[in-house]
Amino acid sequence: METKKTSLYQLHQDCNAKFVEFAGYQMPIQYSEGIVEEHKFTRNHSGIFDVSHMGQLFIYGGEDLSKDLEKIFPLDLKNLKLNHSKYSFLMDKDAGIHDDLIITKTKEGFLIILNAACKDNDFKILKEFLEDKYKMVLDENRSLIAIQGPKSSEILNDVIDGVKDLNFMSGNWFTFENQKVYITRSGYTGEDGFEISIVNDFVDQLTRELINKGSKLIGLGARDTLRLEAGLCLYGHDLDKDKTPVEANLKWAISKERISKGDFIGSDIIIKQLNDGVSKIRVGIKPEGRIIAREKTKIFNQSDVHIGEITSGTFGPSVNGPVAMGYVENEFSKKNTKVFLEVRGKKHPASICSLPFYKKSYVKGVN
Amino acid sequence: MSQVKYSKEHEWIKLDGDVATIGITKHATEMLGDIVFAELPEKGSSVEKDGTAGVVESTKAASDVYTPVSGEVVDTNQAIVDDPSKINQDPEDSAWFFKLKIKDPSEMDTLMNKDDYDKFAKETSA
Repeated sequence: METKKTSLYQLHQDCNAKFVEFAGYQMPIQYSEGIVEEHKFTRNHSGIFDVSHMGQLFIYGGEDLSKDLEKIFPLDLKNLKLNHSKYSFLMDKDAGIHDDLIITKTKEGFLIILNAACKDNDFKILKEFLEDKYKMVLDENRSLIAIQGPKSSEILNDVIDGVKDLNFMSGNWFTFENQKVYITRSGYTGEDGFEISIVNDFVDQLTRELINKGSKLIGLGARDTLRLEAGLCLYGHDLDKDKTPVEANLKWAISKERISKGDFIGSDIIIKQLNDGVSKIRVGIKPEGRIIAREKTKIFNQSDVHIGEITSGTFGPSVNGPVAMGYVENEFSKKNTKVFLEVRGKKHPASICSLPFYKKSYVKGVN
Repeated sequence: MSQVKYSKEHEWIKLDGDVATIGITKHATEMLGDIVFAELPEKGSSVEKDGTAGVVESTKAASDVYTPVSGEVVDTNQAIVDDPSKINQDPEDSAWFFKLKIKDPSEMDTLMNKDDYDKFAKETSA
């Protein structure tokens, strides 16, 4: 299959992007300044990410749709306010995670942002479950960009007036060059920021205007270091079909109200795990010194027993040291537990730590 | 005059008498991106031509560093372990990796001169 290009491909080239294939798309991994500078620029100023490879699924419907989606997602969708967003996941009956996603209630129904590698399968699963009752569009005509970092609100508001008044995890329709754009105050970097859904033909112009106001394009490389420092999961690495939301330490994202009723796909397992506990759980891991423990690195306890595995690990530019996440047996998941990481045949000391590695306060409410 | 040669694994080697200084080329650092970790061979250890003699890691991945000639490690550059970003800043001079007392000077003959290396680097990265 030929790799796809996003509508910003030309702009990426103009900015000297290095490309990699990611989920069937040619995506920029970094630009000329490199991952560390791009990461820091996002933390200190404002970075733009092309995330157009991600799925934008619009499902049209009213009250019935909310009810039907509640059979799938462990969320209180009936009481979700218009234009508010929630982080959630698509599970199977064993509560294995097929994707993690952001769902937003819009006037027309719901907008769900899906991972690029999962979107086609997600569409199939949802379509089958909803039995063609609702119009569903996995929109290929719209691009998605994220603008993240402390200056982003000011920069974006200069181009699209009013966005600075959005609250965290909420959105609305705005206009740019007479085009309807849907903007949410959200992101995946641990910074204040926005995600902007805009028709393909206008994304280049919008992005160039944001660059002219002082923001910069940032590649997937820095997106990965930023999200890992922020303690956020990457599907296919930290989350997959063999892991449940409880094991992934994401129970905060499951509605308590819905657990008490227990009528969503995977609810039996979720309830059981919440009551009985889990054997493995996702934790933050801080290696001592500078050694980087990457995905699949084995984790040992102090008696040299294999107790888990790293699922994401890199160098965190803002932490200025190595950072990692992984799954360990529950009894070794307490903060400050000493563990050892096997890197190139040698065991290196590390400790279990709380997430995130890097914390900045999001804009929660401006109104 | 000291002699500088280059390997296909993108190391440079500068020979002064029977002591060789080894590092990675600017081209290598450009391919790797930001280097955030470096591991060097132990002083006093012996390394064999084309064998692993260290590791560098960028934010993206780990890569082995090979030694272009055999010998005994007589010195290592702690400065690049403490601050690996120095490797990106000055790869072919102050950010050297290790020094070897070389075993067989004829191994130098198997390596490329600057012109050949530049050509090789250009061809392999195209």
